[in-house]
Amino acid sequence: MTRKLVSLAIILPAFLLAGCEFGTKVVEQTGPRGAGTFQVANKSTMAVVGKVPDPPYPLTPDMLQGPRAKETYQNVKVLGDLSTEEFNYTMASITNWVAPDGTVANGGCNYCHNPENMASDEKYTKVVARKMLQMTRNINSTWRPHFQASLNTGGNAGVTCWTCHRGQPVPKYNWSESLPEPNRLNGNHHGQNAPAQTVAYASLPNDPFSALLQGKNQIRVQATSAYPSSYKSPIETTEKTYGLMMHMSQGLGVNCTYCHNTQNFANWSQSRTQRVSAWYGIRMVRDSNDNYISALGDVWPANRRGPAGDPRKIYCTTCHQGVNKPLGGYPMLKDYPGLKGTPVAGPAAPPAPADAVPVAAAADTAKPAG
Amino acid sequence: MALLSFERKYRVRGGTLIGGDLFDFWVGPFYVGFFGVTTIFFATLGTALILYGAAIGPTWNPWLISIAPPDIKYGLALAPLRHGGLWQIITICAVGAFSSWALREVEICRKLAMGYHVPFAFGFAIFAYVSLEVIRPMLMGAWGWGFPYGIFSHLDWVSNTGYQYLHFHYNPAHMLAVSFFFTTALALGLHGSLVLSAVNPAEGTDVKSPEYEDTFFRDLIGYSVGTLGIHRVGLLLALNAAFWSAVCIIISGPFWSRGWPEWWTWWLNLPIWR
Repeated sequence: MTRKLVSLAIILPAFLLAGCEFGTKVVEQTGPRGAGTFQVANKSTMAVVGKVPDPPYPLTPDMLQGPRAKETYQNVKVLGDLSTEEFNYTMASITNWVAPDGTVANGGCNYCHNPENMASDEKYTKVVARKMLQMTRNINSTWRPHFQASLNTGGNAGVTCWTCHRGQPVPKYNWSESLPEPNRLNGNHHGQNAPAQTVAYASLPNDPFSALLQGKNQIRVQATSAYPSSYKSPIETTEKTYGLMMHMSQGLGVNCTYCHNTQNFANWSQSRTQRVSAWYGIRMVRDSNDNYISALGDVWPANRRGPAGDPRKIYCTTCHQGVNKPLGGYPMLKDYPGLKGTPVAGPAAPPAPADAVPVAAAADTAKPAG
Repeated sequence: MALLSFERKYRVRGGTLIGGDLFDFWVGPFYVGFFGVTTIFFATLGTALILYGAAIGPTWNPWLISIAPPDIKYGLALAPLRHGGLWQIITICAVGAFSSWALREVEICRKLAMGYHVPFAFGFAIFAYVSLEVIRPMLMGAWGWGFPYGIFSHLDWVSNTGYQYLHFHYNPAHMLAVSFFFTTALALGLHGSLVLSAVNPAEGTDVKSPEYEDTFFRDLIGYSVGTLGIHRVGLLLALNAAFWSAVCIIISGPFWSRGWPEWWTWWLNLPIWR
């Protein structure tokens, strides 16, 4: 009896400790003292900030002179106003970023081009690449507000193909709609209760993206008044919003208090400026999915679509990859001026939410007692 | 005064832990003792400092008064009075007052030659408080991790601290604590109603003995834990509620940094079906 109790007294705490995460924690206070707004991360399991590849060769000012690409080459629809030399520099960079020769099967120029006729659009990859260039320019111009808060000494971070692709033809982190579930009680999980990584392993709907990262559905579910009103938001809708928020937390390696004061999630004046960036980010992702990726329609071959037949689309993790500033906020765009440009398609960015008057950092303004 | 004639014989000198005869007397119904004096000292000083904090703060609205801990940049050092130092002194006062109260209970137990069950049980409540304000901040390396002293502000702190781990209901120790709290209420509800049912019999009949109480539960669920046993069950449930509450916050941060739902992936990763 005693021996059993002793062994139990040793084994039970050992089991409990086995679930612990030991090791150094990296912490950051994101709000006024006493508010309980902190970021906590485990040093050894933190997402690694991705490496930024060097340009293929230096882009010197004199390379920007000379004939334009559209004069030198045929069928140049997006980058035609670049100098021929900058155009070639950009092409070499894109090849390194998306389909490098050596690590990707059939990589190199011929991943998109017919070597016999570089101007030909016969390969679908070239049509997709053109659309993606338009998307990149659109993000870097229309959606600048998404990066505005993260301006660093090097300038606006912006995006390049590398931000998502990281040397892969298809970015590693993407989503597509799931297959419809059986229309009967048995076996229909209503898209939830599967511990999916996309929603940080909660029982929440594991595809909040179909509803919220394309189209125009409302994300806000909280009523604006504490009193009964005609405002209704079903639990399903609320759970989708929570699912999306879990994804954002997971994708950026942060917790809810990175943007929100959970005392009132919806209240802009108690949120951090990061929430404004996220607000633009959601709309940027929708714009990119609707007007660029999905707009390519039948161009996508079967192996570039999800099980339900829709193309593989982007979400927060596609760029962020577990880091609150993709690539550590490195302003990679400065080396690739050809990707800046003006928007080619899609509507202009909407103005920030009317009631968004975020405090620069709540810590500076709040003055608690004592 | 409600001093009953026979109470006098239980009021014996001695049995103190510290100070010998110092303060070993009663004031009206209350035993004073050395720890009664320290309780009054810490409680009065702490309350006065809260009032001082309110006076130098932005509001006298009792819901909004808040004495916040220092920024985490101060680490485990002392902070300036107006930047969390007040919170630090008030925390010392609170721990001093709560511990003094427990030790005063111990002294009364010793005088009466009783078991130490009451101070032992109160110790769990103190442990829960100390976990939040001392143990976890020390493990995290800064006093700033403690909760603020304010009615609304400490609730906001609880909310934000929970959301640091995305979904706190997935915290296994929180699950246990919540279950024990509910079960404590269930046990107390069953016990209280059973006793009252025995002493409030039908008009004109006698008050029922514990055998009736036991029989009621044997008829109902086949087992009665008994008159003494229900108090053991009650204490066990209540102490576990406080204990696992303390554990659930100590592990959040020092021993887990991600969302609590993710903790359960150990189950998904068991070698049997991985």
